Amino acid sequence: MSISVQATTESNARESPTCRTPPAVLARVPAVRSLRRLYPYARPALPALIGSAITATLAMLCGLAFPLVIQQIIDGPVAAHDRAALWPLAGLLLALGVAESGLFWIRRMLSARPIMRVEAAMRADLYDRLQQLPVSFHDSWSAGQLMSRAVSDLATIRRFMGFGLVFLFVNLTTFIVGVSILLALSWQLGVIIAALALPLVALCYLYETRYQVLARRSQDQVGDLATLVEESVLGIRILKAFGRSGHLSRQFLARARQLRATELRKASVISALWAVIIAVPEIAFGLTLFLGIRQVADGALSAGTLVAFFGVALGLRWPIDSIGWLLAMSNDAASASQRYFEVMDAPITITSPEHPRATGSSARGHLRFSDVHFRFADAPASPDLLRGVDLDVAPGETVAIVGATGSGKTTLTSLVNRLYDVTAGCITVDGVDIRQLDLPALRSQVSVAFEEATLFSASVRENVLLGRPDGTDQDVLQALRVAQAGFVHDLPWGLETRIGEQGLSLSGGQRQRLALARAVVGSPAVLVLDDPLSALDIHTEAQVERALRSVLVGTTALIVAHRASTVQLADRVALLADGRITAVGIHSELLDAVPAYRDLLAGREDHQASRASRASQPSTRTAQVSR
Amino acid sequence: MNAAETTPPVLLEPEADDAWRGVAAEDNEDISSSVGLKLQARSRRLLRRLIRPQRVPALLAAGVVVLSEAAFLLGPLVVAYGIDTAVPALLAGDAGPLVFATLGYLASGIANAAGKAVFVRLSARVAQSVLLDLRSQVFTHSQTLSLSFHQKYTSGKVISRMTSDLDALADLAAEGLEGLISGLLSVGAISVTLLVLDLDLGLIALAAFVPIFVATRWFQRRSRKIYRRTRSAIASVIVQFTETMNGLRAVLSFRREDRNKAIFGKFNDENATANGDGLVALAVYTPLVRLFGNLSLVATMVIGAVQVIDGTLEIGVLAAFLLYVRRMYDPLDELAMFYNTYQAAAAALEKISGLLEEVPGVPEPTDPVPVGDGGPIAGHIRFEGVSFCYHPDVPVLPTLDLDIPAGQTVAVVGATGAGKSTLAKLLARFYDPTAGRVLLDGTDVTVVATRELRQGVVMVTQESFLFSGSVADNIALGRPSATRREIEAAADAIGASTFIRALPEGFDTDVRKRGGRLSAGQRQLVGFARAFLADPAVLILDEATASLDIPAERAVQHALHTVLTGRTAVIIAHRLSTVAIADRVLVMDRGRIVEDGSPDTLIGGNGAYAALHEAWRESLL
Repeated sequence: MSISVQATTESNARESPTCRTPPAVLARVPAVRSLRRLYPYARPALPALIGSAITATLAMLCGLAFPLVIQQIIDGPVAAHDRAALWPLAGLLLALGVAESGLFWIRRMLSARPIMRVEAAMRADLYDRLQQLPVSFHDSWSAGQLMSRAVSDLATIRRFMGFGLVFLFVNLTTFIVGVSILLALSWQLGVIIAALALPLVALCYLYETRYQVLARRSQDQVGDLATLVEESVLGIRILKAFGRSGHLSRQFLARARQLRATELRKASVISALWAVIIAVPEIAFGLTLFLGIRQVADGALSAGTLVAFFGVALGLRWPIDSIGWLLAMSNDAASASQRYFEVMDAPITITSPEHPRATGSSARGHLRFSDVHFRFADAPASPDLLRGVDLDVAPGETVAIVGATGSGKTTLTSLVNRLYDVTAGCITVDGVDIRQLDLPALRSQVSVAFEEATLFSASVRENVLLGRPDGTDQDVLQALRVAQAGFVHDLPWGLETRIGEQGLSLSGGQRQRLALARAVVGSPAVLVLDDPLSALDIHTEAQVERALRSVLVGTTALIVAHRASTVQLADRVALLADGRITAVGIHSELLDAVPAYRDLLAGREDHQASRASRASQPSTRTAQVSR
Repeated sequence: MNAAETTPPVLLEPEADDAWRGVAAEDNEDISSSVGLKLQARSRRLLRRLIRPQRVPALLAAGVVVLSEAAFLLGPLVVAYGIDTAVPALLAGDAGPLVFATLGYLASGIANAAGKAVFVRLSARVAQSVLLDLRSQVFTHSQTLSLSFHQKYTSGKVISRMTSDLDALADLAAEGLEGLISGLLSVGAISVTLLVLDLDLGLIALAAFVPIFVATRWFQRRSRKIYRRTRSAIASVIVQFTETMNGLRAVLSFRREDRNKAIFGKFNDENATANGDGLVALAVYTPLVRLFGNLSLVATMVIGAVQVIDGTLEIGVLAAFLLYVRRMYDPLDELAMFYNTYQAAAAALEKISGLLEEVPGVPEPTDPVPVGDGGPIAGHIRFEGVSFCYHPDVPVLPTLDLDIPAGQTVAVVGATGAGKSTLAKLLARFYDPTAGRVLLDGTDVTVVATRELRQGVVMVTQESFLFSGSVADNIALGRPSATRREIEAAADAIGASTFIRALPEGFDTDVRKRGGRLSAGQRQLVGFARAFLADPAVLILDEATASLDIPAERAVQHALHTVLTGRTAVIIAHRLSTVAIADRVLVMDRGRIVEDGSPDTLIGGNGAYAALHEAWRESLL
C-alpha cells in the first residue's frame, strides 16, 4: 500500500509542472503510470534504448543538416561557378549521407536483440507466475484472456519500447531543436510555431481519455475472441455431436463484429486527432508565410532567411504529424501493460511457509482432517461446501470417500495437496498442518490421480515419472504393471512413444491407466485417487483392482468411489453428506445400517439382489435384472 | 528425459508432390523453392479473394490518399510561389499574391489534414472488414474439419492460427496500406517529374533503384525464411501455454513447473531469436535503402553542380532536383517498412491459407439428399459391408453388416479396442467408412446435409467439456431455440435439476465463476440434459454414464426408459446396469460382432456376454 501511495505522489510531482490533469482523468490509471511499471523489464535494454534514441537523434540531425549543406553548395560554388570549392562540400554531403544510413543501421542493430529479450523475459515471467497462481485463480480466468496477454499484449509492449518510445524522444528532440533554429532565424515567426505546442498538448490529453477506454476494450475483446476460439477447439467433439458449430460460429461472428466496431471507433478517434494535429501546424505555417512575406517586403527579414525558415519548418511536419500514432501506440502499450500486471499482481495465495517444518525423514502418512471447512473464494455469499469434515486415516490405511454428486468429494481430495486451501480447520500429515510444510515436499508426498486424466505432450516415461523425474525404468515398469497399462509396450516406440496432444492419441481408458501409473510410481506416502477406474472395462478394472491392492498395503490412501467394486479396495468407507463425514465404517456394515449409503452404493436391482442373496451365495443368477 | 523431444510424432508421410498442400509444409522451414513459390501464390490468391469485396472502399481510400498527398506536395510549391512572386508583388503594392499564397497554403494544409482523416476511417473500414471476413472464414472452416484433423493438428496450433497469425495480418492492415499507397505514389510521381525535368540527371537520380532492387531481393529471400520461423516459433509457445493452462491441476500436483519452465523457455527463446533475426535483417535492409538513396542524391548534386558550372544546366532545375530527390527517398523508407510488415503477414497468411485449404475429411455433400422419404426421421440404421481403419495396415473394423430397426435400443459391449466407439463414430459420421455404407432410413449418411444429420443423430460421449456461460446456456446447446421452460424440463427429466437448483444462481450460474465449478459427474448430467433437449431420432451414448454415481446413473436410466420410447438408441457402456434397458445386445471383439441377441437370451447362454455379466455382478458387491 505504502509503495503505491509513494508512486502516486512521485508521479504527480513529476507531472504537475507540465500538465493539469482534468478531474475525469483521475479515475483511470494514467497511461504514464502503467507504462512506468514496465521499467524493471526495460532496464536491461536501457543502454540499447538510450543508444538507439541517441543514434536516431543524430540521424535526424544529419537529415536536418542536408538542406543546409545543399543551400551552401548552391549559394556558394554553383553560384560562383567555382568547381574546386564544390568538392569539400560534396564530400561533407557524402559524409552526412553515409553517416545517416550508418546511424540508422546502428540504431536498429542496437535495439533488435535486447527488445526481443525484454518481451521474452516478460512472457517467461508471466508463464512462471501463472504456474504459481492457485487453481482458484485459473478457475475464474479464461485461458484465452491469459493467452492474449502472453502473446498480443506483449507484442504491443515490445513495439512501443523498440519504436514508440525511441521516436517519442527523437521527435520531441527534433521539434525542440527545430523550433530553436526557427527562433534563431526569426523569433517573431518562431514564436508562432512554438505556440502551437500548447493546443497540441491539451488536445493529446483530451484524446488520451477517449482513446484509452477503446484501447482497453479492444484488447479485452481480442482476449474474448481467443477464449471462444479455444473453446471451439477444445469442445469440438460436442459441437460436432450436436451439430452446433454454426451456433458457435454465429457467437464468434457477433464477437468479431464487436471487435470490428471498437476498432472502427478507435480509427474515428485517431482520424479526428490526426486532422487536428496536421491542421494546426499547417495553419500556423500559413500564418507565418503571410507574416514572413510581409516582413521580407518590409525589409525586416531577408528572403534567404525566409527560405531557410521554411526549409526547417517543413522538416518539422513529420515529427509533429507522428505524434498522433505515437500517442495511440503509447496508449495501446499502457493498457496492454495494465492487463499484464493484472495477472502479475494477482496474489499467490498458496505458498510454502517461510520456515517449513520437516515431517521427519520417514513420512508415515498419517492423514487427518480436523473440522475442515471450505468455500470457493469467489462465492462468499453461498454456504460452505464443506462444513466441518473430521476424518482420521491411519498410516497405511485406505479409506474410500462416498457421497452424492456435488457433495464435495473431489474438492475434499484437492485440499490434501493444497490445490485449494481449507477456509477453516486444518489437515495434518503426521501431525503437522500441511500449510506448515514445504509445498513441493508436500506435493511429492501426496500423489494424486484425477477423474480426468491429463497427459502432457511427452514420452510415456516422462508422463509416468512426472512427479519423480529421478525414477528408474524399473519404477516405471512396476507402476505400469499396477495400472495394467501393458498396452504401452505395443506402442511404436514403447516407453519413448510421445503421447498427449502433440503425439499419439490414446483412449479414455488408456489415459486413465497412465494417470494411475503416474500416481502410484515411486511409492508415495499418501495416495489420493479420484474415481480412478471410471473409464475402464470390467475385466481391466478387476485386474487393476487386484494389482492396486498390493500397492495399497502400507500406503495411506484416500479413494473417491462411485462403485461398490472400488469401495472394496478400502479398509474403511467414509460417507460425505451435507459437507460432513456422516458415517465411517466397513462397507457391509454401512450397507446394512445407513440408508443414505445404501442409496448411493447399491443400485435398486443390486440392492434387491444383495438382500435376496444375503442368506445364500453372493452371486447367483436368481436375481433378475429388472427391465 | 529428452526423449520426448526427439521422438517424432506419428504422422502419415505426405506424398512428395503434395508436400505443400494444406498444412503439410507447416513445420518445414527448408522448403524447396518450387514449394515456396506455390505457398506464396496460394497466400496471394487468398489475399486477393479477401480484398475483392472491399475494392470500392479500397480504391476510394487510394483516391483520398492521392488527393491528400497532392495537397501535401503542393505546400512547398506555394511557399516557393510566395517567396518568388508575392514578395516582389507586395513591394510593388499588390497584396493579391500574398493573400493568394496564404489562402493557398491554408487550403492545401486543410485538404491534407482532411484527406488523412478520411483516409484513416476508410482504410480502417477496409482492413477491419477483411479481418472480420478472414476470422470468420478460418473459424467456420476449422469447425468443418474432421476430428482426425483436429487430433493430429493439436488445439494450440489452431488457436495460434486464429490469434497470433491473424494479429500479423491486422498489423499489415493497420499500418501497411498507407505506407504502400503514399509511398508508391510519391516515388512514381517524383520519378516521372525528375525524368521530365532532365532526362540524364533524372536517370542518375533513379540509378539507385538498381542496387535497391538487389537489396530488396536479398531481404525478400532472407526475411521470408525468418518470418516462417517466427510463425512456427510463436505457435510452439502457444501450444505449450495452452497445454499448461488446461492441465494446471496436474502441473501443480506433480510439480512439473520447472520442467515446463524449461520447455516454455526454449520455445520462448526460439521465438525471440527468430524475431530478433527478423529485426536484424530489417536493420541491414532499411539503412541500405537509405544509403543508396543518399549516394544517388550526392551523385546528382555533384554531377548537377558540375553541369551548372559548365553552363549546361539551369540552376533552378538543379534546386528542384535536389528537393525532389530528397523527398523521394523518405517514402522509400516507408515502402521498405511496408515490405517488412508484408513479409511477416505473408508468412502468417501462408499458414492460414494452408489451414483453409485442408479439405474436411468428412465432407458436406455438394448435393444433399433428404433422409428417407423426406418426412420425420424414423431411425432405421443399416451398416452395409462397412470397414474402417485409421492407418491402412491396421484395420479397426474388418467388415461389418448390421441392421437396427427404428425404435430399437441396442447395447454394444466388449473389451477396450473392440471397435465399439468406432461403430458409434461411423454412425454419427465423425468419420466416413473406408469401404461400405452407413444408411439412415435407407439413405447413405454421406449424402445427407450435416445439419439434418445432426438433428437426427446425436451422440453423447464421456467427454464433458463445458462452454463458458451459464448452466442453462450449456444445456441449450442441444437446441438453441429452446425456451427456458424446456431447458429446465430437460434437466428435470434426467434428474439433473436438483443439483443445478442448489447452485448459487441455479440455472443461471456461470460455469466458470462463483461456485459454478461442476464435477465430472455433474458435467455428464448436463451433457445428458443437452441430448434430451436435442430430441434426436437416433441417440448414441458412448460411455456417457462412466462418471456418474449410482443414484445419478439410476435416475438417468429411469429417464432413459421414457426418453428412448420411439427412438433408436445405441448404448456403449462398461457398466452393464446401463445395458439392462436394451432390447438387444451386441458383443464386439476385434472389430466383429460375436454375439447378437436379447439380454435375457445371452445371459442364459454360455457365451462372452454371460461371462461378462457374471463378472459385473461380482463387481457390485
